[in-house]
Amino acid sequence: MMFGRNALSLRGIGAHTIDALWRLGYATRFLGLTITHSGTSLRRPRLIIREIYYTGVLSLVIILVSGLFVGMVLGFQGYHTLQTYGSESALGVLVALSLVRELGPVVSALLFASRAGSAVTAEVGLMKATEQLAAMEMMAVDPIARVMAPRFWAGVISMPLLAAMFSAMGVFGGYLVGVVLIGVDQGTFWSQMQAAVDFREDVLNGVIKSCVFGVAISWIAVFEGYDAPPTAEGVSGATTRTVVTSSLAVLGLDFIMTAFMFQGV
Amino acid sequence: MASEYLVEIRNLTYAYGPRPVLVNIDMAIPRGKVVAIMGISGSGKTTILRLIGGVIAAQRGEVLFDGQKVDPRARAQLYRQRRRMGMLFQFGALFTDLSVFDNVAFQVREHTDLPESMVRDLVLMKLHAVGLRAAHASMPGELSGGMARRVALARAIALDPALMMYDEPFTGLDPIALGVTANLVRRLNSALGITSIVVTHDVAEALKIVDYVYYLSQGRIVAKGTPEEMRANPDPLVRQFVYGQAEGPVSYQYPSRPIAEELGV
Ligand SMILES: Nc1ncnc2c1ncn2[C@@H]1O[C@H](COP(=O)(O)OP(=O)(O)O)[C@@H](O)[C@H]1O
Ligand SMILES: [Mg+2]
Repeated sequence: MMFGRNALSLRGIGAHTIDALWRLGYATRFLGLTITHSGTSLRRPRLIIREIYYTGVLSLVIILVSGLFVGMVLGFQGYHTLQTYGSESALGVLVALSLVRELGPVVSALLFASRAGSAVTAEVGLMKATEQLAAMEMMAVDPIARVMAPRFWAGVISMPLLAAMFSAMGVFGGYLVGVVLIGVDQGTFWSQMQAAVDFREDVLNGVIKSCVFGVAISWIAVFEGYDAPPTAEGVSGATTRTVVTSSLAVLGLDFIMTAFMFQGV
Repeated sequence: MASEYLVEIRNLTYAYGPRPVLVNIDMAIPRGKVVAIMGISGSGKTTILRLIGGVIAAQRGEVLFDGQKVDPRARAQLYRQRRRMGMLFQFGALFTDLSVFDNVAFQVREHTDLPESMVRDLVLMKLHAVGLRAAHASMPGELSGGMARRVALARAIALDPALMMYDEPFTGLDPIALGVTANLVRRLNSALGITSIVVTHDVAEALKIVDYVYYLSQGRIVAKGTPEEMRANPDPLVRQFVYGQAEGPVSYQYPSRPIAEELGV
């Protein structure tokens, strides 16, 4: 009896693993197809620009507002901690480094996944469910080249730009709280920040992170839409999976990349 | 080389899973004619259209389009063939993010380099042919079901295909829209010199407008002939369908155990 149940759950785990691996392989093949079918988008940049508007520009408000608030909170918390050691002058450094290295790329990626990633999945899933993709295919137009690739590249391009704006807004928020509200010296705030933030070590690493997140989120969002079962439940399930999977992917990738980047130090 | 038939299906067998959906189908669609493929739901009508369009590949047998084999693996050739085919999907499958005008212009812009002024003339001409020139600025969401299908028809004929395939063009239309659509199918066929395949279970309407009928049951062609021959066909299977009788060789019950056995009496 015991043995039977163990065997069953073992088999269940095996089946799940095989399913997951199969899906990963399928998604990888899809990514390969998307990249090799990007010629249309490169020849007609308008296709990408249009999608950048829908994914990037429409995410701008939430990114800017969140950046401002995260920066302001950093200002309060940072000041509170630094003050204990009498080093309030380092507030600018703390705010800038936290944002550029970690919070900027990660938080903006999480926001981007739930704002734009879910929208892309829902849109592509609905296009599939209403046979728009099939119709396109019958009109001798490849949906991967015409629909998937522009959305994928738009996400890849938008993500680092949004992360940069998030960080800039965050630094401004930290300045508002630290300098304007609490009264940390303006000169030290900026000059310490300029001195301590290294372009290659900090800024570039942050940009690399957000580029990787951009690829991951766009890939997951477009693939989930393309792969969604063509029903209402199918599309809503795929949308949820996009948000959950890409959020986890962002956090996991962030850990791995941070570990590698610190190893180099 | 140009045979009398635009589409020829030879000894074709197709199965989605283990159970064959189509068995040993032979069909020939003469140029310039309107041919109906009729049969109850699930008899494999849509599957035939998908095979002709090269969406799926037959396990056995072949499909010839204008003398050339339709082969989903030969992508470049398939796309060339598809440029000469038009397909009307059951619910239109209009691109929901494009206006009526842009929907009809889609193929023209994708496949030709015509200047925008000529695109405009062409699109308005096609919309005029389906009686919807006035609706060119609307979005698909603002159209009724019948209008959406006519726009989709204008989109399908934008580049003057040699073959038009209609999947259930009459389903869900009110009697007036139904008559309009049926006449349109017939009129376009003669006006543009198209060959048409109409998949339908709307017997009365189809028999009025078509030249030839294939009657499909459980994946086999059980009868074929002109509408007069179909009306006069003594086969009970055909009579039940043509005259819409509930009782006959085709049971509306899903195959199951006898009810007495199920109820245990
Ligand atoms: N994608 C698919 N996967 C598996 N079975 C399918 C698929 N599409 C259709 N079928 C099955 O094939 C049979 C024929 O389907 P179809 O060609 O759509 O019939 P019709 O258009 O005449 O209603 C049905 O039994 C249907 O359940
Ligand atoms: Mg069907």
